[in-house]
Amino acid sequence: MHAPQGGLMVAIKATLKRDLTLMLRRRGEVLNPLVFFALVITLFPIGISPDPELLASIAPGLLWVAALLAALLSLDSLFRSDYDDGSLEQLLLAPQPLAALGLAKVAVHWLLTGLPLALMAPLLGIMLSLPAGSYAVLALSLALGTASLSLIGAIGAALTVGLARGGVLLSLLVLPLYIPVLIFGAGAVQAAIFGEGIAAHLAILGALLALALMLAPWAIAASLRISING
Amino acid sequence: MWAFINKLRSPKWFYAISAKLQPLFWVAATLLLLVGTVWGLAFAPADYQQGNSFRIIYVHVPAAFLAQSIFVSMAVSGLVFMVWKIKVADMVATVMAPLGAAMTFVALFSGAVWGVPTWGTWWMWDARLTSMLILLFLYLGVIALRGAFSSRDSGSRAASVLAMVGVINIPIIKYSVDWWYTLHQPATFTITGRAAMTMDMWAPLLIMVLGFYSFFIALTLMRTRSEILRREANKRWVRELAEETN
Amino acid sequence: MSLCLQARQLACERDDRWLFEGLDLDIQSGEIVRIEGPNGSGKTTLLKILSGQLTDYRGELYWNGEPMRQAREHFLANLLYLGHAPGVKAGLSPLENLAWYQALSGEKGSEPAREAALAAVGLAGFEDVPAGQLSAGQQRRVALARLTLTQRALWVLDEPFTAIDRQGVAALEAQLVAHAQSGGCVLVTTHHALTESPVLRRIQLG
Repeated sequence: MHAPQGGLMVAIKATLKRDLTLMLRRRGEVLNPLVFFALVITLFPIGISPDPELLASIAPGLLWVAALLAALLSLDSLFRSDYDDGSLEQLLLAPQPLAALGLAKVAVHWLLTGLPLALMAPLLGIMLSLPAGSYAVLALSLALGTASLSLIGAIGAALTVGLARGGVLLSLLVLPLYIPVLIFGAGAVQAAIFGEGIAAHLAILGALLALALMLAPWAIAASLRISING
Repeated sequence: MWAFINKLRSPKWFYAISAKLQPLFWVAATLLLLVGTVWGLAFAPADYQQGNSFRIIYVHVPAAFLAQSIFVSMAVSGLVFMVWKIKVADMVATVMAPLGAAMTFVALFSGAVWGVPTWGTWWMWDARLTSMLILLFLYLGVIALRGAFSSRDSGSRAASVLAMVGVINIPIIKYSVDWWYTLHQPATFTITGRAAMTMDMWAPLLIMVLGFYSFFIALTLMRTRSEILRREANKRWVRELAEETN
Repeated sequence: MSLCLQARQLACERDDRWLFEGLDLDIQSGEIVRIEGPNGSGKTTLLKILSGQLTDYRGELYWNGEPMRQAREHFLANLLYLGHAPGVKAGLSPLENLAWYQALSGEKGSEPAREAALAAVGLAGFEDVPAGQLSAGQQRRVALARLTLTQRALWVLDEPFTAIDRQGVAALEAQLVAHAQSGGCVLVTTHHALTESPVLRRIQLG
């Protein structure tokens, strides 16, 4: 007979390593959201006007919305392959808290989608003539915000993983929940442009992240259990 | 408390008790809505700024209240269903979702109609209307998720989780949208933002709100009853019921 | 070492259809219990309930006399479940797959032990090939290597013989019997005809 062994850190580390290895072996999946991000940003000047002044005034919102959509695109695959090959079943049967293991998977998702998007955003900001002085805030607000987006989005991904065509439904479920993050994220960049204080915005983004970190893992775990029995 | 929860476990009990409650709420709804409408449209004084167009709040405000309350009730039903595995709670949540979406739509539509004489346009990104629009999307998400599962049990559970996640987010969304609105547009005219509302404007509004709630409860009971029959169609008590009525 | 998994008045309703009702089960050390029944009789569902994945059932489950709800963590630490899908990641090598499974139960394990387990299921030489390049039967064997690698008392196996060749079947069958004889316990569904053995017991569903 075995007593429960603990070893939660071992399990979390191994899950982080496994997901990172898997993603880095399929580089395309890491690059696709970035290319999508760049493409969408290219569409706006073409669809609206190449006028730098006009673009500069809407750049914070455009960059944030495009990054949000790019992050959303990659969500569907978060649990999908694990579901298909049966390893999700095994994850649920591990003698470890599922919420913690789910959190590890979300962390990898953010590290390989949210963070690269945040780092790439200033580059696209130049193309939209984003006013100087707001570039660092753009990257910072995106890095902070996309972490919340990954957590909230993972709930939607967990709820729809058992459905054959969950992709569009996933966006329908998740996008309304993204709105507060979008408001304060884009608001931070806006405030930086107007030379106002950005501390409040970033603090609220941080608070949203803290709340998501506290609650989302439980919702993800519950949703995965529902989906595996679908 | 426990006795009550145990009774709730039985759809048959709910079916019987709701048969008694339902007429009460229908009568209350009819009376309240009738009195409120006549009072609000004919006797309440016109607003000194907006004239008669303000009277649309007698529909808009109750609908908006209800839209939010229904979402909360849906999440609570979902919680009850998940924790105590009470099927009736899930049936109630199932029938509430379209009702809530309809109420949200009524609130949005009445807000748009009100916007024509007030703002001169059918749509303004007013904080209240924007929150309502997001609420409508939340409702549509819950309805779509429930429908997407081939197993009804899984769909029920998934919809319950989503409703609970949504209900935690509603205040956050509301707060951030309000903040966003004041940032971009210093407060202008909002549909409920008037300072001066006299007692004889308030009273019919209160009656209308109560009327809407009664109507909602009556409708929920009615639709839950048919949902019970639909889901329990092959249970013995439903078959016996069907034979009696034949 | 003794263990016992008991079910009392187990019933499962799926969308208004009773898959099974009033099921009493006692599964003890030294047994291979084979769940039999036609397609759709709820074999997989029963295995999922008995392996603690499905909680939507009526009746009670006991693990060593304790209600499952309280004993869940202890139960999971003694359980090895293999489902329809082998749970092998195509993008990882067999060694990496096994390492993750070991870590999930909280142990780091060692590379030689994993290599030995792979050799025991006939996968020597395939240790570092991405699992996606292996055949279905070989992927199934990667999953089966966990039986050797991780010491668990209770094995719950849903159609473990799928895609395995004849020699593999014989070896696996022998392994099941050996596990039961050494005090372990196996719960299995299969379409494959198992050789009669004193430790084999059948339960009919549907």
